[in-house]
Amino acid sequence: MMRKALFAAAMGLGLSVAATPPPAQAQTPKRGGHLTYMIPADGGPSLDGHRETTYAVLHATAPFYSTLVRVNPDNPSSTTDFTCDLCTEMPTPTDNGLTYTFKIRKGVKFHDGEPLTAHDVAASWNKIVNPPKGVASARYANFKMVESVSAPDDETVVFKLKFVTLSFMPALADPYGYIYSKKRLDQDMHWYEKNILGSGPFKLDTFTIGQSVKGVRNPDFYHPGQPYLDGFTAIFAPKQSVRVEAIRADRAALEFRSMPPAAIEQLKKELGDEITVQSSDWNCGNVLTPNHKAKPFDDVRVRKALFLAIDQWKGAQALSRIAIVKTVGSIVFPGSPLAATKEELEQLAGYWPDIEKSRAEARRLLKEAGQENLTFEMLNRNVDQPYLIVGTWLLDEWRKVGIKATQKVVPTGPWLDSMRSGNFTVALEANCQNVVNPIADVGRWLPYDVEQENFGGFLDPTMVEIYNRMLPETDMAKARALMRQFEKRINDEAHQLMVTFWYRQVPMRSYVKGWKVSPSHYLNQTLANIWLDK
Amino acid sequence: MYMYVLKRVLLVIPTLVGAAALVFLLMRLIPGDVCVIRLGSSGGTFDPKAVALCHEELGLNRPIIIQFFEFMWGFMTFNFGTSMWSAKPVTTEIWARLPVSLEIAILGTVVANLIAIPLGVISALRQNSWLDLFVRVFAIGGIATPSFWLGIISILIVLDVTSAVFGKAWMPPIDYVPLWEDPIRNLSMVILPALTIGYRYSAITMRMTRSAMLEVLREDYIRTARAKGLVHRLIINRHALKNAMLPVVTLIGIEFAFLMGGLVVTEQVFNLNGVGRLFVQAVQNQDYTLTQALVMLTVAVFVFTNLIVDLLYAWLDPRIRYS
Amino acid sequence: MSTTVPAMGLSAADQAALGLKPTLWMKITRFVRREPLGTFGLALVLLMAITGGLAEVIAPYNPTENDFAAMMEAPSLAHLLGTDQFGRDLLSRLIYGARTALIVGLSSALVGGFVGLVLGVGSAYFGGKIDLILQRIFDVVMAFPLIILALAVVSIFGTGVQNVIIAITIPLIPRIARVVRSSALAIREIPYVDAARACGFSHWRIILRHMVPNVMAPFLIMITASVGQAVLAEASLSYLGLGVQEPVPAWGLMLQGGAEEYASTAPWIAIFPGVAIMLSVLGVNLFGDALRDTLDPKLRER
Repeated sequence: MMRKALFAAAMGLGLSVAATPPPAQAQTPKRGGHLTYMIPADGGPSLDGHRETTYAVLHATAPFYSTLVRVNPDNPSSTTDFTCDLCTEMPTPTDNGLTYTFKIRKGVKFHDGEPLTAHDVAASWNKIVNPPKGVASARYANFKMVESVSAPDDETVVFKLKFVTLSFMPALADPYGYIYSKKRLDQDMHWYEKNILGSGPFKLDTFTIGQSVKGVRNPDFYHPGQPYLDGFTAIFAPKQSVRVEAIRADRAALEFRSMPPAAIEQLKKELGDEITVQSSDWNCGNVLTPNHKAKPFDDVRVRKALFLAIDQWKGAQALSRIAIVKTVGSIVFPGSPLAATKEELEQLAGYWPDIEKSRAEARRLLKEAGQENLTFEMLNRNVDQPYLIVGTWLLDEWRKVGIKATQKVVPTGPWLDSMRSGNFTVALEANCQNVVNPIADVGRWLPYDVEQENFGGFLDPTMVEIYNRMLPETDMAKARALMRQFEKRINDEAHQLMVTFWYRQVPMRSYVKGWKVSPSHYLNQTLANIWLDK
Repeated sequence: MYMYVLKRVLLVIPTLVGAAALVFLLMRLIPGDVCVIRLGSSGGTFDPKAVALCHEELGLNRPIIIQFFEFMWGFMTFNFGTSMWSAKPVTTEIWARLPVSLEIAILGTVVANLIAIPLGVISALRQNSWLDLFVRVFAIGGIATPSFWLGIISILIVLDVTSAVFGKAWMPPIDYVPLWEDPIRNLSMVILPALTIGYRYSAITMRMTRSAMLEVLREDYIRTARAKGLVHRLIINRHALKNAMLPVVTLIGIEFAFLMGGLVVTEQVFNLNGVGRLFVQAVQNQDYTLTQALVMLTVAVFVFTNLIVDLLYAWLDPRIRYS
Repeated sequence: MSTTVPAMGLSAADQAALGLKPTLWMKITRFVRREPLGTFGLALVLLMAITGGLAEVIAPYNPTENDFAAMMEAPSLAHLLGTDQFGRDLLSRLIYGARTALIVGLSSALVGGFVGLVLGVGSAYFGGKIDLILQRIFDVVMAFPLIILALAVVSIFGTGVQNVIIAITIPLIPRIARVVRSSALAIREIPYVDAARACGFSHWRIILRHMVPNVMAPFLIMITASVGQAVLAEASLSYLGLGVQEPVPAWGLMLQGGAEEYASTAPWIAIFPGVAIMLSVLGVNLFGDALRDTLDPKLRER
């Protein structure tokens, strides 16, 4: 406890991570009302949460489903507060931390009236952790530590682990961990791709393709009093100007992802206190990835020079006025106890507080490597927020040490394809995770022999060795020390650089109450605790 | 005449086949594919095994030739397959969005022509007057203004005006209800996009009507009729108008097909769940089957509209029939 | 039969009666008097050309220089049209954007025009199978949606002004070819051509000497119309993210993303590029109309 407080205190300016939820309210939730919100994307591919990774699917389907455990919806900005949804209480692991035994609530029903038992939970989790052939599970790699999931009886689910790790519980709280009906899965493992049937706070009313999803209250919901809303409508609205205008004209109350600062300012100016804004650091960021297989980026000095030229501290401040970025951080989400403090960050290349010194060093390294006239093209995605803005800023920063860089901006498909095929010199990627799970989250920085989708094209056994020691480490202090080593290794070798974490700002009509912002737009989307003060 | 019709109809086939081959080829030349986009665009890590599985599910790992033959065969038997992105049948996806697009296109066309034809005729009759100049500039304005820019500005104007006048900003609804369910809500959503598209369309028709009218008014047989003393109005109605209609009919036909294309950007601006927006999504997701089907739909509309117009031409203008 | 009697002040009919051939200056003044709108349009086009051509001299700032201290400032003395979300001077971006628009518009129109001319005349002249096949190809390309072509070109060859020009030129070619072809067909039917062939004149000579001059009028009109269409096409493609990319200053690109996002907070970012597009396309079209009225013999005053 003390340690956590120390960490929190040690985080100074620039690492401010406090989410700003609405002022504490002693109001009692009012029952009734219909919430209309927008989903800032076009309809997702399928309806199966286990299979998909896009938030469009989550925002459209989460209200219909239950999960086993979840991030506490009343404290969603915490990175350690996990509570039960379908279980009765959070279990203490037995067996030296290798076995978790959950008791499932009694009397839960699916929306078609069928009872939900531990067998459904086990079947759903087996689908996620160990999908049968032909069935895709997007996050099964997060569950490498799980050996088996079983349901010895109707009310008990047992998870047996291969090794103990701090990353298990956050992974288990995956908001995509929908509990499906075993009966349906036995009939057809792909049934949930096209159908919705859950046990969550809302029942499906209508689904209009490409346009909207409507849900109505589930009268048999097992959390007493919830949901407060009679129903909801979720409208797909990919264009930002439409969303801003819709909130302004009250065609919809909010969207749950984030809006850039300009839109927030505009809404505040026009609506005054009819609008409330909640903000939080976001468990997403842009990653600068030089291709180690492309000359001259096979030379660590050149890569490091790239990093040293960037003034992250000042840049993040300026950019936060026009883009959805704010906090400077390294590989761990700034709000987590495992994150680096400001002092620790300032030791790393790219984070030096004295930018002139940093740039002088960059120029010196370039000269040493014979690359004073370095010219290259950076690959970037054609999305404004924040890719293009961050990219444009980076080009500017590099110009200040004499590097002449340009951007090659392409649509999403070719962007991903170029990176996967190694067809680039330097790329600006994105890194988005959902539940804050630092030990699992930093796995994406590992070299490509372990993490196949790391586009940097490098091998580094030392890194892998540090990680393998960190993964089963349960002592927080030791894990933190190992994390610093891991971070330092990445930086010493100048493999990749995190350029500013994103920042969420969610504007909503002030009559929407009960929802609290969190570091991820995937969390807290079941709408069960939302009520309307109208 | 029959030979002409037959020949004209048969010529449609190679056009459609050519378009099908072209879209097939072009889509596959673009790097990346629907699987990578589906799994990778959220920025999280994704598993190459999942990508491989997806390729297998969608048949993308089969040789190109086989994929091509399957596509051509499906196209010829009117089996358009399933969308690679959503796994729903292509016809379901398109059918769900057709009502919105059609309503806007038709409403836009009606409004546009109601304005355009009378203005074009008057402008021709009063050539070089102030009215004529005004109509001409107004018309060219319609062609020169990017329709999406007009859309953005129009929404903003509506918002600002209602906010200033009524104290509360108003915007059209962002979700669609069919006309028969709630006509007022439906029309309030559709009217702005219809006007935006209609302005451009009316501009073209206005100019065409005017210039066709002018040309005919100068024709020898009109001068003869005037010389004979036929009443002014009678001439306009019977002789001039009928022949002026020929190029106008052509234009309406061709422009209707282009209208569908104009919907692509307009639907984005007004958040309309129409075929244009579906098209943009399909292309961005690199959803081959859906894109191919939509392109074929567009091409077919274009080709058949041209066919009808050509046949109408032959019927309306006797000089062509006997060529 | 020409004399040196000054012809100004005489009406066209009188000039003809006296057997005077109009000088170039007389043609120009006649044009200005008869087509005020067209002259206005030409003036707009020339303004755009001069602005774009002399961009380095006229523009007050570097169009791609970011200035994070001056983001989204309203029009002021320092920045006559304001700044955009990166602090870049909007006026300078508009001026350089004129150059991009001119390059895109003219290149697409000229290249498309030239290719269309060759294909159209060739198709009309040679007729038969060549004509049939070319017509079908034109049909396919004309019916094809621009967005796919643009996405394919951009994705395969990368972004950049030249690739956008390619993407826009391709749909222009069949439209121009069609118009040229129908004019050329009229010439083809004249017995003179067959007689010329019988005398042994080469294809080239007949085409260049007789067909091309006669299709010049509709061809020039199509070219002017195409410039306008090309500018609009670039705007639409940029709006969808498939056109020119940052940080190249281009009017269509300026309307995308940032403009929409800041349309309420900083409306100048959205308004001025749109106005610029509108005025230039307006100018080109007005001029094209006037050109058609002048060149089309049927519409000349008798």
